[in-house]
Amino acid sequence: MSRGLPFASNPLLQVRLPAFRSRLVMLLVACAFLALAARAVYLQVLSNEFLQRQGEVRYGRTLELPASRGKLLDRNGVVLAASLPARAIWAYPEDFKPTPSQLTELARLLQMPERAITKLVANQEKTFVYLKRQVEASVAAQIEELGIAGVHQRKEYKRYYPEADALAHVVGFTNVEDTGQEGMELSRDSVLAGKPGSRRVIRDGRGRTIESLGMLSEPHDGRDLYLSIDSKIQYHAFSALRDAIAEHKAKAGAVVVLDVRSGEVLALANLPTYDPNSRGQLSGAQLRNRVITDTFEPGSTLKPFTTLVALESGKFTPQSMIETAPGRMTIGKHTISDVHAYGALTVEQVLQKSSNVGTAKMALTMPPQKMWEMYSAVGFGQAPDIGFPGAVAGRLRPYKKWRPIEQATMSYGHGISVSLLQLARAYTLFARDGDIVPLSMMRTNEPAQGVPVVSARTNKAVRNMLEMAASASGTAPLAQVPGYRVAGKTGTAHKQEGGRYVNKYISSFVGFAPVSDPRLVVAVMIDEPSAGKHYGGLVAAPVFSRIVGDALRTLRVSPDAPLTGQMIPAGAVREGMR
Amino acid sequence: MIRLNAMLAAVLVLCALGLVTSQHRARKLFIDVERAQGKSRQLEVHWNQLQLEQGALATSSLIDSKARKGLAMQPAPPQRTLYLVTEPLAEQTAMVPAR
Repeated sequence: MSRGLPFASNPLLQVRLPAFRSRLVMLLVACAFLALAARAVYLQVLSNEFLQRQGEVRYGRTLELPASRGKLLDRNGVVLAASLPARAIWAYPEDFKPTPSQLTELARLLQMPERAITKLVANQEKTFVYLKRQVEASVAAQIEELGIAGVHQRKEYKRYYPEADALAHVVGFTNVEDTGQEGMELSRDSVLAGKPGSRRVIRDGRGRTIESLGMLSEPHDGRDLYLSIDSKIQYHAFSALRDAIAEHKAKAGAVVVLDVRSGEVLALANLPTYDPNSRGQLSGAQLRNRVITDTFEPGSTLKPFTTLVALESGKFTPQSMIETAPGRMTIGKHTISDVHAYGALTVEQVLQKSSNVGTAKMALTMPPQKMWEMYSAVGFGQAPDIGFPGAVAGRLRPYKKWRPIEQATMSYGHGISVSLLQLARAYTLFARDGDIVPLSMMRTNEPAQGVPVVSARTNKAVRNMLEMAASASGTAPLAQVPGYRVAGKTGTAHKQEGGRYVNKYISSFVGFAPVSDPRLVVAVMIDEPSAGKHYGGLVAAPVFSRIVGDALRTLRVSPDAPLTGQMIPAGAVREGMR
Repeated sequence: MIRLNAMLAAVLVLCALGLVTSQHRARKLFIDVERAQGKSRQLEVHWNQLQLEQGALATSSLIDSKARKGLAMQPAPPQRTLYLVTEPLAEQTAMVPAR
C-alpha cells in the first residue's frame, strides 16, 4: 500500500464531468427557492387576513360577561329580594342514555319522578329539552358529578324573597328569565335588570385565558334599590291584618302605613296573599294589590273633607248647630238616614258621631264645585303617581252632572270610589298643616314638599274633631293606643253588586298618630267581615290601634299622652323598678 | 465592524429574550387578575347568599313566633314600661365649653 498518495491527487478528481450537470443542479435549487419565496408571498401577503382569522378562531374566544340583577332592600338595608346563580338542567334526548342507577339518582336530585324524566326525553326528534330550571348551584354540581351522557347545564339566576308572603304585593316577583312580572320587580325592571356584556380573549392550550383582546360590550350590573318599606312595621301591619281577617271571617283586607313627613310608604299589606318563592297556582284574588289597584266606596271616612269645605266656606264654625232629627232626610225620591237618630248637633259632633244627615245638610249649602275642588285637590279621581303598576284613579264624576241627592251621598262617601292609598294620602292633609304630600315607594329620607290645600287653622279644627271621633265618646274608641294620642275616622260602606247595594260591608278606618306631632297615617280596610260585626269602629279600628302602637314603638316615638289612669298590676311595678 | 455586528447581535438576542419573558410574565399576571376577578365575583355571590340567609333567618315573623312560642315571651305593654324623661339637648349644650 503506497503511503505517498496525496489527497489532491485522488484519481476521482481527475474525472471531468460535463459542465451542464452542475448548472442543472443550480437551476433546480434556484427553482426550489423561488417556489418557497412564492409560497411565502402567498401565505404572508395574499392570504394573510384569512389565515389570521383562522388562527383567531382557534385561540380566540368570546366570553359572555354575566351581569346580576340588583337587590331590593328595605329602608334599613334588609334584603327583600336577591338573585343567586342557579342552573338550568337540559338534555339532548338522542344522547340521553343513563344507567338505571344514574336515572334514579338524577330523579332524586331534581325531585322529579323518574317517569317524568323519561317522558320528557321520549321525543327523539327534539334536540333540546329542559329537565328542570332554576336548580340550586349545589344540586347542579352533584348532577354534574353523575356524568350522565346527554345532560347539560346552563347558567341562570334564581330570585329569592326572604320576607315571603308578608311583602309579596310590594316586591312582586320575576319569571324564570329573571325579568319582573309584578310589583316593584316590574315597575323598576329597567333599573334592576343587569345588562350582560362580552369580550374577546385568547386562550392557551390548557384553556386558560391569557390575554384580553378587548371589550365588545361592557357589562352593567343592575342597581340595588332601597324601598321606602320598613320590614318591621310591615310585619306588624301584616300580622295585625291577618289576625283581624281570621277573627272577623273577612274575605280580604288591606293596610297601608305612610310617613307623614316624607310621604314614604312604610308598609303596605294585602290579604289574601301568596309566597313569591313558590308560586304554584296563583289566583287573581291573591295577586291583587288591593291598596293600589282596588277602589271602593269609602263611606264615612270622607266626611272630614266635607267638613273642611264647610268650615272653609265660612258658613260654619265647629260650634255651629245642625238639626239632624229625626235621623232621616228626604231628597227627591230618596231618603238618607243615620244609624242612630240624634237631635241638634254641632259640626264637631256631626263628625264625632258620624251623622250622615248632618253631613249632607252641610254639603247641600255649598256649591258642588267647591266639594269637587276639595276632592280633587286631595287626589281623588287621579291615579297617585307612585311608580307602581296598576295604580287606579277611582271615580269622581264631574260636578256639573251632580244631582242634589248625589251631592248629599257623596258628602258621606257614597257614589264616589277611591283606593285605600288615595284615602291614606288624603289624610296626610290632617296630619300635616293643611298640605298634601306626594307619595314614594323609594326611600327618600327627607321631608317631602307639600302642596297647600286648606288653611292651617281650618285643618287644625278638623284634626281636633278627628281626635274626638277616636275618643271614648266617638265612633272609634277602640282605635285608641295607650300612651299616644290618635285621631281618625271610621267608615262602614255597603257593597254594591250589580248596581245595587247588598248586605255586605267594607269596614275601614283611616287615622294618624301621635296627634301632638303626627308621624304616621294608617289606613285599614276589611272587606266583607262576616262574623257578626261590620262597623268600622269595631272591625277596622282595633287593627289601626295595634299597628299604630307597634309602629310608633318601633320608630321609638316618645309617648305624647299620659299613661296615668291605666291599670298597672302591682307585681309589674315591682318588676319594673328592680 | 465584525465586533460591532457581534455586539448588536448579542443585544438583539437579549432583547428577544426580554420580550419573551415579559410576555410570559404579562400572561401570568393576567391569569392572576382573571383569577382574582373570578374570586371577587364568587365572593359577591357568597355575600348575597349570606345576606339572603341572614334575612331569611331574621324575618320578623320567625323571631315573633320563636319569642312567643319557644321562649314564652310577651310584648311589654306601655303600662309596664317605665318612661324616663330626659332632656338630652339641654345637657349637650351645657357640656359644650364656652369659646
